[in-house]
Amino acid sequence: MNNRFRWILAAGTLLLAGTFIFPLWSITVEAPQYPEGLGIYIRINAVDGQHPHDLKNLNLVNHYIGMKEIVPESIPELKFMPPIVAFLMLSGLLVAWKGGQRLLYIWLGIFTLFAIAGLIDFYLWNYDFGHNLDTEHAAITIEGMTYQPPIFGTKTMLNFVTTSLPSGGGILAFGSILVGYVVAFLNRKERKTS
Amino acid sequence: MNKTMIRVVGLLLAIATFLLIAECAKKDKPLLGSGDAASAVYVAPGDYDEYYAFTSGGFSGQIGVYGLPSGRLFKQIPVFSLFPENGYGFNEETKDMLKTSFGHIPWDDSHHPQLSQTDGVPDGRWIFINGNNTPRVARIDLRNFETDEIIEIPNSGGNHGSPFITQNSEYVVASTRFSVPIPQADVSIDSYKENFHGTLSFIKVNPDDGHMNIEFQILVPGFDYDLASGGKGPSHGWAFFTSYNTEQANTLLEVNASRNDKDFIAAVNWKLAEEYLAQGKGKQKPGKYSHNYMNHDTHSSVSKMHKTVTVLDPADCPGLIYYLPTPKSPHGVDVDPSGEYIVGGGKLAAVVSVHSFSKMLKAIEDGKIIGEAGGIPILDYDATIAGEVTNVGLGPLHTQFDGKGYAYTSAFITSEVVKWKLGTWEIVDRIPSYYSIGHLMIPGGDSRKPWGKYLVALNKMTKDRYLSTGPELAHAAQLIDISGEKMKLLLDFPTIGEPHYAQAIPAELIHPKTTKIYKLEDNQHPYATTREAEARVERKGNVVHVYMTTIRTHFKPDNIEGIQVGDVVYFHVTNLEQDWDIPHGFAMQGAKNSELLVMPGATNTLRWEPEQVGVFPFYCTDFCSALHQEMQGYVRVSPKGSKVPISFK
Repeated sequence: MNNRFRWILAAGTLLLAGTFIFPLWSITVEAPQYPEGLGIYIRINAVDGQHPHDLKNLNLVNHYIGMKEIVPESIPELKFMPPIVAFLMLSGLLVAWKGGQRLLYIWLGIFTLFAIAGLIDFYLWNYDFGHNLDTEHAAITIEGMTYQPPIFGTKTMLNFVTTSLPSGGGILAFGSILVGYVVAFLNRKERKTS
Repeated sequence: MNKTMIRVVGLLLAIATFLLIAECAKKDKPLLGSGDAASAVYVAPGDYDEYYAFTSGGFSGQIGVYGLPSGRLFKQIPVFSLFPENGYGFNEETKDMLKTSFGHIPWDDSHHPQLSQTDGVPDGRWIFINGNNTPRVARIDLRNFETDEIIEIPNSGGNHGSPFITQNSEYVVASTRFSVPIPQADVSIDSYKENFHGTLSFIKVNPDDGHMNIEFQILVPGFDYDLASGGKGPSHGWAFFTSYNTEQANTLLEVNASRNDKDFIAAVNWKLAEEYLAQGKGKQKPGKYSHNYMNHDTHSSVSKMHKTVTVLDPADCPGLIYYLPTPKSPHGVDVDPSGEYIVGGGKLAAVVSVHSFSKMLKAIEDGKIIGEAGGIPILDYDATIAGEVTNVGLGPLHTQFDGKGYAYTSAFITSEVVKWKLGTWEIVDRIPSYYSIGHLMIPGGDSRKPWGKYLVALNKMTKDRYLSTGPELAHAAQLIDISGEKMKLLLDFPTIGEPHYAQAIPAELIHPKTTKIYKLEDNQHPYATTREAEARVERKGNVVHVYMTTIRTHFKPDNIEGIQVGDVVYFHVTNLEQDWDIPHGFAMQGAKNSELLVMPGATNTLRWEPEQVGVFPFYCTDFCSALHQEMQGYVRVSPKGSKVPISFK
């Protein structure tokens, strides 16, 4: 890689630092009784409410239909994710420093695997929350109804309109991996022409 | 068909047409509010009103909160009267708010709401209101619309002239309507002239938290003191009080207190009073009064009884008070936004007398004194008067200002609002009120910066204005557009109790700052249960404390056994919700007080003394969720001395 690509790659890698500040994902629900909206942020190391007490109030709403309580302390991924992202950042900077094309491909491969694994994991959590309902203690059970929130987009469940979208941290992580791919592509093109 | 038939049919048709037209004409009685008046007061569903209006509840003892221009009622704030609807005055936390030197007084007559001011402009922090019958002043916090403090006024009878405010809320003032023996004593009523006095009280307001204390009282001659107003701008540092019955009659005042051509407006230099206090001129005099306020951390009232009060005697304090002669039992005294004009409503005259503050200062300087009353100098009427508004209608009472150079005076007897110009004293417009207007109110109309768009007429009689509800009727308020040259009646709406005075303020000064919930982690109530796992029942002798929690949609505990006849049971109910507009209620069968209505994050306590053996239900009264009707429980009451142990689940 030439110096310019190495600097771009380093900058792209540093975008990952944003995931320590901004939430990865945002899930909001809207209903007539919640004109001001109710929502949670999924962060690299936490799940918290978009307004004070939102997590508590969402759990309260969910308990009517038998959904499990969201207890951030019991989600192990929130403990694994910070070191993984830190590793991706440091190794990305190392790749930029060394400048090897092969190293870049390996790094991109690892990053891509983690990203896909993360999305699958997110989907599985959502599936679990939406399907494994405590029907015995649920006040409201509707035959055949499940409450899995979407990964990306909007879905209406009973009186709630649920919207799930990447938030600042998630967008920056996408940006970071995208920069990696663009650098790899341009570098390859340059090497072919030279 | 012959001609006669045709004539008869024609005649019948003509009669029918005539009757039809007559009927339509009757129905089509012109409405006072035309189409554009309707749209001027229409607030679309989901939209907000432009102003909050606070009306006194009069004999209800409370405050009504309305929106303007819609006239919609949002809330009744319980102040001086018990309010079983939410447990105010009944639950353990608020029952001491109604404590007085006479004991627990469950009611009062509230007349004059007064918004706190900064630099002479309403700031939306607090609203004060007087209790007339058992002299008191209350302060309501406008973040949560709850009564935060009530202070009793000693050496007073009929706390009518209160609580009017000074420019930066330094003081709210209170004057005695009834003069009384000071200190109270067993004397002949006929010894009125000798033994009876009035007081003017200055209640200091802490600028940080609003807490009140009676800084000093001024002992004044035994007249009836009526209303008051703080000076502003150049007259800041002075307060003005009207008086009547300068004849000092003690019977049949209707006649005997209406003899003098002029009574007085007392001009009090309170900045000078502060100097006299600093010089040690104030004397500690007996005066028992209760001071009650809410502790925000424990959500509970604190009540203290005081025994003495600092009193200033004008005889020791030259220059403290001057009397301004004012025609015929003046009622309202209102200072215009510039602070220069002091307007006295000559209740029994057809004239409004306007004194000039600068002329008053000059008259004092020039010694234009025509006599004295009870040692207080009386200034020459001609030396202080700036102008008289004549033909202002019969029985002028109160005046408000629009900030554009006009004043609006209510005339009770002729039932109208009269608009006149400051400086020229000429009447420019008048509009009838329905019926017998008392106070009138322009948002900020008593301040340095009126929002002169609307005027509300607060009427004493309603008669045929609304669908009849029998002999007892709601009182009526009328919303009048004063933005143009001519006043225009827009809306007529009923009010709670008897609204005397009112205040209004732009909604944006209050609405965004209101409290939505109380934070559970800040709840320092000694009997709070902030986690469901800590809910429990504890017996101490014959006193049982139930530490109860509520959250959608259950009580914890909801089954309680081991209670006995003769026990005193305290249900300490903590609402664990942290969501706006999710209060939970608590109602116990056979409880002789009221329900509890517990706001999110708060703790309220209901005292219950079971008298009958059995199993008695309790339930949530506020429809809180789809399972509200399932939010219930039972208490088992066993005979006294029973072996059933305390248990719960």
